Amino acid sequence: MDSKKRNRRAFLKSGAALAGLTAGGIRPAFGQSSMAEALSPKNKELIAYGERSKYVKSIRIPVNGRMSPDMYGLTFHVLTPLQDQFGIITPSSLFYVATHRGSYVPEINPNEHRLMIHGSVERPLIFTMDELKRLPFVSRIHFVECQGNRAAPQNKTVQETHGLASCAEWTGVPLSLLLKEAGVKNGAAWVVAEGAEEVKGSSTIPLAKAMDDCLVAYGMNGEAIRPQQGFPLRLLVPGFEGIYQIKYLRRIKVVEQYYMTYDDYGHINADARAAALAEQIGPKSVITFPSGGQQLPGPGFYEINGLAWSGGGEVRKVEISTDGGQHWKEAELRTPTYRMAFTRFALPWTWDGKECVLMSRCIDELGTVQPTRQQVGKFWGDPEDRPRVRGNDNTVMPWKVLSDGSVHNGLA
Amino acid sequence: MDLRKVVPLLVVGMCQVGSAQSPTYGIGRAPTPDEVRAWDISISPTGTELPPGHGTAKEGAPLYIQKGCGGCHGRNGNMAQAPTLIKSDGTMKNQFSCLSPCVNDNNVMALHSPYATVMWDYINRGMPLGKEQTLKPDEVYALTAYLLFKNGVIKEDDVMDQQSLPKVVMPGRHDFSLPPEEWKHGQPRLRNYP
Repeated sequence: MDSKKRNRRAFLKSGAALAGLTAGGIRPAFGQSSMAEALSPKNKELIAYGERSKYVKSIRIPVNGRMSPDMYGLTFHVLTPLQDQFGIITPSSLFYVATHRGSYVPEINPNEHRLMIHGSVERPLIFTMDELKRLPFVSRIHFVECQGNRAAPQNKTVQETHGLASCAEWTGVPLSLLLKEAGVKNGAAWVVAEGAEEVKGSSTIPLAKAMDDCLVAYGMNGEAIRPQQGFPLRLLVPGFEGIYQIKYLRRIKVVEQYYMTYDDYGHINADARAAALAEQIGPKSVITFPSGGQQLPGPGFYEINGLAWSGGGEVRKVEISTDGGQHWKEAELRTPTYRMAFTRFALPWTWDGKECVLMSRCIDELGTVQPTRQQVGKFWGDPEDRPRVRGNDNTVMPWKVLSDGSVHNGLA
Repeated sequence: MDLRKVVPLLVVGMCQVGSAQSPTYGIGRAPTPDEVRAWDISISPTGTELPPGHGTAKEGAPLYIQKGCGGCHGRNGNMAQAPTLIKSDGTMKNQFSCLSPCVNDNNVMALHSPYATVMWDYINRGMPLGKEQTLKPDEVYALTAYLLFKNGVIKEDDVMDQQSLPKVVMPGRHDFSLPPEEWKHGQPRLRNYP
């Protein structure tokens, strides 16, 4: 056996030892030469950290093609390629990104990161990351969606119309557990959550929501939360708009009144009804195949499929129309349903080669039905030809299939 | 049913929702008062957390240039690429397109915000860009006073401090609604909304 092979065998042995030992936090004696081999370009993706196939090229794109945050530091948003996603979990590398301001991703050392809980509590507390990880945890699948996720007639693809929504498995400590540990005082009604990045982005959340199902998350899709998503700690406020899901979470302050802090200010509404629509997201769905920019090769069998979600809980039912909303058929739910999570739906379909308009609508566990733009316009008393959606836009999205098989934005 | 068995159970249940519960895990430590002071930059509309200090518009005017505010927001607080801070007289057109989220003459913070404390918090937390949280309390009071004065909300000599700032009557004080405080699990976001 040549020395190279021996090294390889020794490495595999120590690798097996590693698998058994890391759970206990003990470092194995690791031969330097074998580590070097594992990290050589040839072996790195096979052993150390896997890459996807070079033939898979799906990527995120920035909103409006802006390739970089500008010098004035305004908000910056990056869209996930929903047309390429299978199932309900968005890969962490493709999860949509939004920043409070056009700031770059902060580099935070988890060993120095702290979470403080204070304000209207009996016992203010500071936790290190290691301490948080000792507490009872849960793993849950939740979507996150930006309020700015609204389809416009000029958008071509589902990435552009709906790409500011993604879904992941999050692992962390229930916020309610931390708040009980600190002891919330009578009279408290809100919590202010704040991040550690340069502008210390911050939002105010109703205490009832904080005590219900919020998570102080350190895990995402089986590994540490990615820096673009808030490493090392992110607040998950399931079903609420993205701006409440504070990244780089460093502080929770329990308070008695609404604080109108950094991110709340940009979010205030004159109309009480619009304000009420600015927390929880309504039932929503979109067909990802066939969707804008795609091409059907010809008449025949396809499966119409897409994603549905709701801030009100589980998706109960999804219906699909292939005739522009005149008739609706119940789709099959092809994944388990979870509260405030993406659900994948599908409907077998034989295309006859004629022009048609495809639509989907979601019905959630509260029985709320995803509305059309026209229904929303009527609620607000908008002119019929110019309905305007306040708060998060959860209206039905039409895709137009032309007889040549090309698919286009039905709002155009 | 034997009430002697039920009553103690009820009492235990009530203790758990009361505020006097004791910690279960004993993990984490209490922050020192200094730590809380250093970290707590949230300013409530009533101004409870405002630090000692004071400033006037007169003091704020030179600071607006020295601290670089004018570099991005324009020398006069308008006609620039960064958000408009001082409403213009409407005679000129901004040569820059309004970057999203657009803040122009229509929604200048001093005229749009319901509370002056929101401006103090915003400047203290988020400005100057790239040098956030380097301004001293006196400087934040002076810059807030300057923007309030230039937008016609206060007088040039009005001193802004812990007491006076929360009392400023803002033009936008009635032009907003809070999100609903009474959020409940399993409830649609707005009754009768389609």
